[in-house]
Amino acid sequence: MRALDRKLLRDLRRIWAQSLAIALVLACGIMVLVMADGTLRSLSETRAAYYDRHRFADVFAGVTRAPRSLLDQVAAIDGVAQAEARIVLPAVLDLDGMAEPATARVLSLPASGTPALNLPLLRAGRMPDPLREAEVLVNEPFAEKNALHPGDRFRITLKGQRRDLVVAGVILSPEFIYTIGPGTIMPDDRHFGLIWMNEAPLAAAADLDGAFNDLTLGLARGASEAAVIAALDRLLAPYGGTGAQGRDRQVSHVFLNSEFQQLTTISVTIPPVFLIVSAFLVNMVLGRLIALERSQIGLLKALGYGTGQIAGHYLKMSVGIGIGGVAMGLAAGWRAGQWMTGLYAEYFRFPWLIYDPGPRALTLSAALGMAAVVLGALRAVWSSARLAPAVAMSPPAPPTFHRGWVDGVGRLLALRQSSMMILRSVTRWPGRAAVTFFGVAASVAVLVGCFFMFDAMDLMMDELFVQANRQDVTLILADARNDIAVTDAQGLPGVRLAEGGFALPVRLSFGATSRLTTLQARADGAELTRLLDPEGHAIALPGDGLVLPERLAGRLGVQPGDRVQVELLVPPRETWQVEVTGLIRQSLGEEVHMARAAVFRRMRQPPQVNMIHLSVDPAALPALNARVKATPAIAGLTSWTDVEAEVEASTDRSMKSVTLIFSALGVLIALGVVYNAARIQLAERAHELASLRVLGFSRAEVGFVLVGEMMLLALLAIPAGWGLGYGFAALVHQGFSTDVVSLPFQITRRTYGLAALMVGVAALVAALWVRRGLDRVDLVQALKQRE
Amino acid sequence: MTSAEADAPAVLRTEAITKVYRTGAVAVQALRGVSLALAEGDLVVLLGASGSGKSTLLNILGGLDRPTEGQVWFREQNLTTLSDSELTLYRRAHVGFVFQFYNLVPSLTARENVALVTEIATAPMRPEEALDRVGLGARLNHFPAELSGGEQQRVAIARAIAKRPGLLLCDEPTGALDSATGITVLEALVEVNRDLGAATVLITHNAAIQAIADRVITMADGRIAGDSRNAVPLRPAQVSW
Repeated sequence: MRALDRKLLRDLRRIWAQSLAIALVLACGIMVLVMADGTLRSLSETRAAYYDRHRFADVFAGVTRAPRSLLDQVAAIDGVAQAEARIVLPAVLDLDGMAEPATARVLSLPASGTPALNLPLLRAGRMPDPLREAEVLVNEPFAEKNALHPGDRFRITLKGQRRDLVVAGVILSPEFIYTIGPGTIMPDDRHFGLIWMNEAPLAAAADLDGAFNDLTLGLARGASEAAVIAALDRLLAPYGGTGAQGRDRQVSHVFLNSEFQQLTTISVTIPPVFLIVSAFLVNMVLGRLIALERSQIGLLKALGYGTGQIAGHYLKMSVGIGIGGVAMGLAAGWRAGQWMTGLYAEYFRFPWLIYDPGPRALTLSAALGMAAVVLGALRAVWSSARLAPAVAMSPPAPPTFHRGWVDGVGRLLALRQSSMMILRSVTRWPGRAAVTFFGVAASVAVLVGCFFMFDAMDLMMDELFVQANRQDVTLILADARNDIAVTDAQGLPGVRLAEGGFALPVRLSFGATSRLTTLQARADGAELTRLLDPEGHAIALPGDGLVLPERLAGRLGVQPGDRVQVELLVPPRETWQVEVTGLIRQSLGEEVHMARAAVFRRMRQPPQVNMIHLSVDPAALPALNARVKATPAIAGLTSWTDVEAEVEASTDRSMKSVTLIFSALGVLIALGVVYNAARIQLAERAHELASLRVLGFSRAEVGFVLVGEMMLLALLAIPAGWGLGYGFAALVHQGFSTDVVSLPFQITRRTYGLAALMVGVAALVAALWVRRGLDRVDLVQALKQRE
Repeated sequence: MTSAEADAPAVLRTEAITKVYRTGAVAVQALRGVSLALAEGDLVVLLGASGSGKSTLLNILGGLDRPTEGQVWFREQNLTTLSDSELTLYRRAHVGFVFQFYNLVPSLTARENVALVTEIATAPMRPEEALDRVGLGARLNHFPAELSGGEQQRVAIARAIAKRPGLLLCDEPTGALDSATGITVLEALVEVNRDLGAATVLITHNAAIQAIADRVITMADGRIAGDSRNAVPLRPAQVSW
């Protein structure tokens, strides 16, 4: 080994603690990148392969009733490679050992036995015998949660008829990687299942012999999805088509996309913070190391080493730190990726899901990590490597200080001299102070950005379950009924209040943009479900107009006062021009709202309901559940208490742990930055600080000079960190608001306070840790050295 | 008071102190049983070759180090029994240090460097007064980097005396200065010694300086090799090297 390399290794060993602090900060960035990008790749590649192998459809359409003969015309649409008609119905389940009713979506299996699109993947048992009407397939998550195995029996109510079914097989489907019941917001595999049934009995039950009500299409390569959808809509309109849609509106696909978008947000927002901070840290530490080695650099030059060789030597040192950080980051990222992929496997049911970050995440993160440290080192290396040997060998000029505004501040506040030392040090080395300042601010910003998620979730939970949805149960009716149904519901066991609603599919258009959504016709003065204005206050529906969620309005470019086109996709299939009279805050879903009276006046029909919201005495729930199970007119039920519990459990499991990990990483920035800054201060000022001890200053008083400077910078940096954190949270907010969720944006004082407290404590701990070094300074030795 | 009377009370005394430094297996005996008493107002020059133990002795007298054996008394206080923080208080209250390399805080002006001490001392003089005594009344607001070596050393002297110490310890205070500047520094030291009556110990390996002392102690090999008094000490201006 060359002598210079030997020196390198010894230098690295000497500054191991500082190198480790930098490497750890760097490792955090690498880890997050490898974890998020690697998980994203694992999920998206798995999804792509799964879709491909199991022929996930490209276009989906619902229709009231269309004859099978129409299928040929559908298949003839330019760009359609495959068209498959099926029957899809909601059902209420009656499972042994479950008091509350569960609901299901029942899908038909073609007479041939196996669908051509959305191929099921058999996980247990076998496909149903086409001749046995009772045999069905169920989706695996539902089977797991309800301990259903091939051969087990259960009952369902389908179109008002009770049937006994037997499980033939348990499957997974590419169409339901993420399963969510109608009207809910989280997967609830215990209470919502998917059932595949032979076509004949299902058609008979639905009175759809020779007809279908659901269509899936596979497109030819290069086909225009928009053109196919337009043609299909035209074809299906006479049969009650409710609007065809591509994968981009297919529930399971959309939820996955939304998750992918969030992972992308994580991988592009968090790692840069760590990479930039580690670059600054390398600059700070290497700059100081080189300053100390000035005379050695001069000596090396005098011995005949070239500028390039010397620069290379110090660059190698930063590369050494970089390699350490990258290696730790890759290893930790790999583990974290496996863990995160495991979290996703809970919600996303793939037949296989293995964490495989692929070469991109690994090489990209390694390259970025090395670039960060090398760029950080360049300035320091360059400035000293080009010194002339004679200049380098002579000691650097002592720092000069000048009188300035600091003196005014000192006089004004009647500061003691130890405080003046702090102020002058900060103003004398502003670059170094800036690194500490921005490092601490970045740390606060990361924490604010992380804790903002809790604020957003709290607000969303409050909005969803306290302010907007105050019902305990929502009943979904098999068919639209008149208002007598509400009166009947009022008579169900334990019902304190019943309010009817009517939901119908519509296409909303404004200018050239349009969106399929649901129009909620709401009762006047509804108490159980309320609309909230953007500030979160409950509002009444204004007159005859339409009320839109802010996000949808933004997507369509609509403002209050604009008139939008509302195309009803169910009879009477009219198109209305309706004025937008208000915008609302709505975290989940894109439904638009109108007064029920106004909707039915326009439809020239007496008001109807197809859902009923109930406030229920909890003690009477078992009796209510029993009645619902026995009432054929009820096609489904949403228990809002269950939904809330599920959302809470899920955020506890996933979001909170992820957020806590990221906030730990955020604290690490403050620790790394303050530790390094304090170490440098201690090393450079050991002599000065030892002099203070000799003059009779106690350890605490001398420690104040060191710790005080760090804490002063930290305290100044905290408000800046709040500002940065606000921006960071806005980025996170934007990245986490997807087609599925529109997060409210609010940062509470608790978040600002907690971020400041955690970073303040971390900075103090790091500074105090370094301060212990003062105790080891040998006063006599320190005084012998010339400054 | 220009010299100590024979019966002047001892402000500091040591009894058979030894000091052994251990580094690994090697033990270096820096002091081998030093007993001495310093009278109030005495100006003592401590002479000796490098390694003779004079700095070790000075550090122990100043409470920067502890003897391996023996006792050190400052007035009625036994320094050898003091804890670290008690030694800090001893230095803060009673000891003024002047070092070869000044040891000023570069980020503080001359006045602030002195105020550093007056802020923590019990009955100090004003920083301006201390600097006046060393002839720097006009350079109060200069940073160390803006002062010459001699001026910096005089700031260090002002800082050392501002607390009105009982003991003033100077380790090669002229070692880094040319002779003319060195003489002005010595004059400042002699003057404050007379005015304040602090027992002053001045380490030097420059034999010429002994002429200004009331008492000259010579050290060799960790022991006191000679202890004599000058009948008529010279003024620094009368000395040259």
